[in-house]
Amino acid sequence: MSAVSLAIHQFRYDQKVFWRNPASVFFTVLLPVIFLFIFAEIFGNDEIEQLGGIKTTTYYVPAIITLGVVSATTQSLAIRLATDRENGILKRSRGTPLPSWVFIAGRIGNAIVISVLGLVVVAGLGRIIYGVEIPWDRAPAVLVTLTVGAAAFCCIGVALTVIIPSQDAAPAITNAALLPLYFLSGIFIPETEIPSGILHFADVFPIRHFFEAFFTAWSPLTQGAGFEWGHLAIVAAWGLAALLIAVRTFRWTPRAS
Amino acid sequence: MGDPVITVTGLRKAYGDFEAVRGLDLEIERGEIFAFLGPNGAGKTTTVEILEGYRERSAGEVEVLGTDPASATRDWRERIGIVLQQCRMPPQLTVRETLQQYAGYFRDRRPVDETIALVGLDHKADARAGKLSGGQQRRLDVAVALIGDPELLFLDEPTTGFDPSARRQAWSVISNLRDLGKTIFLTTHYMEEAQYLADRAAIIARGEVIAEGRPDELGRRTGADTEVRFRLPDGVAATDLPGPFTGIGADGFVALRTGQPVRDLNELTGWAIDRGVELPSLEVARPSLEDIYLELTGGRDPAEDAER
Repeated sequence: MSAVSLAIHQFRYDQKVFWRNPASVFFTVLLPVIFLFIFAEIFGNDEIEQLGGIKTTTYYVPAIITLGVVSATTQSLAIRLATDRENGILKRSRGTPLPSWVFIAGRIGNAIVISVLGLVVVAGLGRIIYGVEIPWDRAPAVLVTLTVGAAAFCCIGVALTVIIPSQDAAPAITNAALLPLYFLSGIFIPETEIPSGILHFADVFPIRHFFEAFFTAWSPLTQGAGFEWGHLAIVAAWGLAALLIAVRTFRWTPRAS
Repeated sequence: MGDPVITVTGLRKAYGDFEAVRGLDLEIERGEIFAFLGPNGAGKTTTVEILEGYRERSAGEVEVLGTDPASATRDWRERIGIVLQQCRMPPQLTVRETLQQYAGYFRDRRPVDETIALVGLDHKADARAGKLSGGQQRRLDVAVALIGDPELLFLDEPTTGFDPSARRQAWSVISNLRDLGKTIFLTTHYMEEAQYLADRAAIIARGEVIAEGRPDELGRRTGADTEVRFRLPDGVAATDLPGPFTGIGADGFVALRTGQPVRDLNELTGWAIDRGVELPSLEVARPSLEDIYLELTGGRDPAEDAER
C-alpha cells in the first residue's frame, strides 16, 4: 500500500476505536454540546453590551467550538497516545513495516475529523435552537482558523504525552492543564466578566488566542474577512514549539521498559 | 553450518557504568526454535530488543536475516514478527478487526481467518479484544505477530503469568508454528517451557551465555550428573551402605550424584539383593533443565524471579 492509503487504512481503525469508546465520545463530542445548553440556560439570551450588544449565545457558539477543537485534538490525542504507549501498542506498531509518521498521521486525521464534526454540530445546534448565524461569508477565515488551531493543538497534544507517566494519569494531567485555561480564557465565562489582569495572564497561552481568532471569524459584527493574523501567529508558534518538543522527546515505549 | 538466521558476535550493551550484556555470542539456524533462558536482569530483554531493532548496542556484531537491526528498513520489518513481553491490543476492536488492521501493514500476509484458527481463537473471532481472557489476549498477540507471514518470530516471555492450562494451550500454538517452518526466538523464565518447545537453548546470566545446547544435552555439557536417590531401608545404618553411598540428606533420602550411574547402581542393587532388603522410593533421574539452571545461575529460583 502507498503511504497515503496506509494512512487512510490506519485512520479507519482509529475511527472505529474512537466511536466504540464511550468515554472519548462523551468527552469530545457530547460534553461541548451539553456545555452549550448549560451556558445558554444559565446566562440566558442577554446581550453583552461591551461586545457591541451581541447575544450571549452568539458568544458561546464560537467559545464552545474552541473547546471542542482543543478537546478533540490536545486532550484526546494526549490521552490515547499515552494509553497506547503504556499498553505497548506504540512499540508494537514500530516493530511492523508501518512508518511511524503514518501512525501519527492517522491519529491526527482522526482528531481533525472529530474537530470538524464538533464544529458542524455546535454551529448547527446554535443556528437551529438559538438562531446564531453561521458566518458563510467569512467561511475562509473560519477554515483557516480551524486548520491552524487544530494543527497546533494536535502538536501540543503529542508533546503533552511526554509529561504523562501512565494511562491513569492521562485524563488528570490534560484536565489540569486545560480546565483552568478554559475559565481564564473566556470559554466558560464571558470575557467581559473576567478581570483584565487574568485575561493578560491567559494571553500567554494559546487557547485564548485561538478563541479570539475564532470569535472574530464567527461574530456577526465583524467587518471584513475576519482573519486575526496576530492571534493565529501566536497559536502557530505554540504549535511549532510543541512540535519541536514532540520530535525530540516523544517516546514509543512504555515507561516500565 | 547450515543457514544462520541470527548471528551475534561479541555483543555488548552498557547503560552508564552498568554492563547489561557482556560479550554475547549466538547463532540461530533457520527453522529452529531457540530458547533464551535466564533470570530477570540477566540481559535477556536487552539482547532481544537489540535483535528486534528497538535498542542500539554498545559493541559487537549483530546480523538478523542478513541485516544489521540497528539500520532496520521496512523490507526487513516485513520479514519478522514480534510478540512483546507486554502488549494490550485496543479493547474496542474485535479479534478479526485487529488482525485486519495489522495485515494492512504488510505486503505478504497470511489469511486472517486461517491465522485466527492457527492460534485457536476461531470461536472468538468477532469478540472484542477487551473481552478476552489473559491467555486469549496473548494468543491474539501471537496471531498479530504472524499476520505478516514472518520468517522469524520473536516471543518474549509468551506465557509469563499464565495458569498451567493456558500455558499448555500456548505451547501447542507454538508447536504448530514449528510445522510452518518458522524460526522462533523464545525468551522465557520457565525451564519446562524450554524443555518442551526448544530445539536448542542458551542460558544467560549476568550478561553472558553460560551454557548452550539441546535442552536434554545441556546437563552433560555442564558436567551435571545423574542422581540416584532412595530411603534408607529399615534396620540398616547409613554406615552399612556400599561404596560411594554415604550419609542421609535432610529430607531423609540417601542421594548420590554420579558420572557412572550403571556401575554405582549395579553395586547398590547387588548389595540390596545380598542383604535381602528393598530400597524404598528408589529413583534414578537425569537432572532437569531447572536443576542445571539453578546450579549455573547461583541457586536462584527462576519462578521466584518471574514473580518480581
